[in-house]
Amino acid sequence: MSVRSSIAVLAVLAVIGLLVFGLVSHGSSRIAVGETAPAPTLPRLEGDGQGSLADYRGQWVLVNFWASWCIPCRDEAPALEEFQKAHGGQDFTVLGIDTRDLSGDGRQFAGKYELSYPQLHDGDGAMAHEYGTTGVPENFLVDPHGKVEWTTPGPVSEAMLREEIAPLLQGRS
Amino acid sequence: MIAIAVVAALLPSSLAVAAAAQTSLSEISSEVMCPVCGTLLELAESPQAQREKVFVQRLIDAGRSKAEIKDALVAEYGDEVLALPQGSGFSLSAYLVPIIGFAIALVALCFGVIKWRRSGERSDRDGPAGPELSPEDSRRLDADLGRYDL
Repeated sequence: MSVRSSIAVLAVLAVIGLLVFGLVSHGSSRIAVGETAPAPTLPRLEGDGQGSLADYRGQWVLVNFWASWCIPCRDEAPALEEFQKAHGGQDFTVLGIDTRDLSGDGRQFAGKYELSYPQLHDGDGAMAHEYGTTGVPENFLVDPHGKVEWTTPGPVSEAMLREEIAPLLQGRS
Repeated sequence: MIAIAVVAALLPSSLAVAAAAQTSLSEISSEVMCPVCGTLLELAESPQAQREKVFVQRLIDAGRSKAEIKDALVAEYGDEVLALPQGSGFSLSAYLVPIIGFAIALVALCFGVIKWRRSGERSDRDGPAGPELSPEDSRRLDADLGRYDL
């Protein structure tokens, strides 16, 4: 193969590589039941330091993606807080992920709804992207081994928590 | 008295500097993104964009410069909030790759032109391509050319 042909082949490969990179970096499919839940480290919304879903390994965790500007998030926040009060402890917690939101607004929201469960700030939406979310709110129940056990692409209601999440927690592993 | 005079002399210039550093919501909005909408903030009307505009306006009112406000937005939303990539780190490649590509294309074009001209000169020097004319054809050609007054 001549030098000219080699350069042409390399150029074509480079273009194909860029196209594939573009598709891979932007495309993100939603995490499904049975898959391992990503656990990136994020800053805590309130207080200093960082946290991760991995800090709760051994517990059931309801990962709740929310934002202060999201209207349905305002409706589900009280239900989540009630559920946390009823079931939170050594074996279960709700973990709020304030995503693509101003941290000040997020703190104000958490204060307004008196949310007692831990909150992380996902300002650039990287964690939400890893989970393949398409908006807020979205919820993922993660088992003690870090696998997704249940998920819904939308808000959770009090009835949903009682009828779908609570039974799963009854048979805690 | 002297101190008052010095302060009075410096005050207009410091005010001018402050005024020059002052930015506006429309200026910032044309240079940053609404991360949720994927468009420039100035074009976005979503609830998230509204909150982002309030945040920017609050910083403007607090006397922050454009650079400080952009830094604050990056701290909240990450680099993707900037409409233009930063001129450092990996983002620098957004500026360098087109320049390098253009330079490579220019060099390739120059080489191509030089090669093309050289091949043209060589073909002129080597004379016309094709078989030699027979003596009879050569005589006929000379006779034909002789009929033209060039």
